[in-house]
Amino acid sequence: MKNENLYNYILGIADNSLILGQRLGELTGHGPSLETDIACTNISLDLFGQVRSYFQYATKIAGDDRTEDDIAMLRKEREYKNVLLVEQPNTNFAYTMARQFLFDVYHLAFLAELQKSTDLTLSAIANKCIKEVSYHERFSSDWIKRLGDGTEESKAKMQEAIDGLWTYTDELFHQTEADKAMVAEGIGVDVTKLKDAYYARVSEILEESTLETPESKWFQKGGKEGIHTEHLGYLLAELQYMQRAYPNMEW
Amino acid sequence: MMSEEQIKNLEAQFEARIARDEKIEPKDWMPEKYRKTHIRQMSQHAHSEIVGMLPEGNWITRAPSLRRKVALLAKVQDEAGHGLYLYSATETLGISREEMYEQLHTGKAKYSSIFNYPTITWADMGAIGWLVDGAAIINQVPLCNTSYGPYARAMIRVCKEESFHQRQGFEIMMKLANGTPEQKDMAQDALNRWWWPSLMMLGPTDAESIHTEQSMKWKLKRKSNDDLRQQFIDQTVPQAELIGLTIPDPDLKWNDEKGCYDFGEIDWDEFWQVVKGHGPMNKERMKARVGAWEEGEWVRDAAMAYAEKKQARKQKQAI
Repeated sequence: MKNENLYNYILGIADNSLILGQRLGELTGHGPSLETDIACTNISLDLFGQVRSYFQYATKIAGDDRTEDDIAMLRKEREYKNVLLVEQPNTNFAYTMARQFLFDVYHLAFLAELQKSTDLTLSAIANKCIKEVSYHERFSSDWIKRLGDGTEESKAKMQEAIDGLWTYTDELFHQTEADKAMVAEGIGVDVTKLKDAYYARVSEILEESTLETPESKWFQKGGKEGIHTEHLGYLLAELQYMQRAYPNMEW
Repeated sequence: MMSEEQIKNLEAQFEARIARDEKIEPKDWMPEKYRKTHIRQMSQHAHSEIVGMLPEGNWITRAPSLRRKVALLAKVQDEAGHGLYLYSATETLGISREEMYEQLHTGKAKYSSIFNYPTITWADMGAIGWLVDGAAIINQVPLCNTSYGPYARAMIRVCKEESFHQRQGFEIMMKLANGTPEQKDMAQDALNRWWWPSLMMLGPTDAESIHTEQSMKWKLKRKSNDDLRQQFIDQTVPQAELIGLTIPDPDLKWNDEKGCYDFGEIDWDEFWQVVKGHGPMNKERMKARVGAWEEGEWVRDAAMAYAEKKQARKQKQAI
């Protein structure tokens, strides 16, 4: 492939949306209220829409006969590049919202920078996605506030979720080789520069929600290099089921 | 207190309004029976939308392509939306959403029996869209002109989206039917399993239907169950032929004289078994609904507590 760095860079962005969208899709029909059910399904829908834009672009970069579905559904576990955060399970609604919030704050800041990419396709995709993601961020931070500053029970659950997922936040700001190459070309976003504003924003919302910002400095990493938690394999088993069981067919 | 004569008078005026095709609105006077019948039918309709999310939700994580996954998510989300505005429309009759949920969860309220069948292959997503939504549209289009205003208006919106879903379902089936032998088998198998339950969906045969006469008068029903069923069969058989699938009914035959299809005996024992709660998935569907409601209680409580705190802070600031 001529432009392997760009290809890998696009997959790195899109895989986050793919895996998070898949997680949210598990919840459809099982939400705590009809309104939240609709909202979570809607976010999933947005994320899969984004995935399609990115992967369709990636197929052009690859320049062979692979399709968006090949990229989404026919890679091996070690080839998925999403951060560990987004593959974490829907333990309960607090975890689902905490995962969403911790990702959305990053995602919004990331897209704001990606809009400035010298790659016009990526910049156009970012421009479209940012409108959706600013809604996601508002939705999830509202829920952090409701659950954090709701009842004793919800506060305990939300604090536990934030504490539990905190270890996956630092990885958002790690750079892969493809990242570095794309930053050098003016195409990619330098995620290391987003880190301070991210933690400031997250702490601000947590404080408003009467929650503690975790102090732990023990972080997990590896997702961007394809070294995932044990959760991802099962998620992929469902995501890939049809393509694996019925190869080379059109649907 | 109104005298019996006054009530009779009001009832006569009420029936006359309906006969003139006027809409009844929430604040208008209505006979108690009208109100109750509408609560029953509209809430049952809302529940069907919500329970109906489950069999299709079952395939969201396993949809075979991104395009199909997005379409399925959007479809199930539409159903949640239909549930939402049908519940709201029913609330105008003086019942809360919580009370309606309570009736669903305790088994007092019914929902469409078709959702008590399992979705075991991808082709079931096609069959549900094509057949189940197809039958639902036949049931629902006449309701766009029903006498109760909020219901009629909700149905106009619902029907538009349902007909989109039906085309989408048919397109899934067509793709399978034109695909590999394995895909075609999958499509035929789904048709075999969903055909008869879809016919049952249009309700018990006229002789057994207890609500028809009154509902006809109130325009809650414009055609009998058997007429609707015939319409569904006549519309669907040519569609199956078009994509090369076989309707699983050896007695199905065009009747030139009557200008419609003759069809085989429906297994009404199976219908009543499922209606009475003993279908393949009745217990699982209820368990999923009740489970989501109970597990969500702390979330709803928190949202309520937060809203109250916010309100209190606002008032304090205002002082």
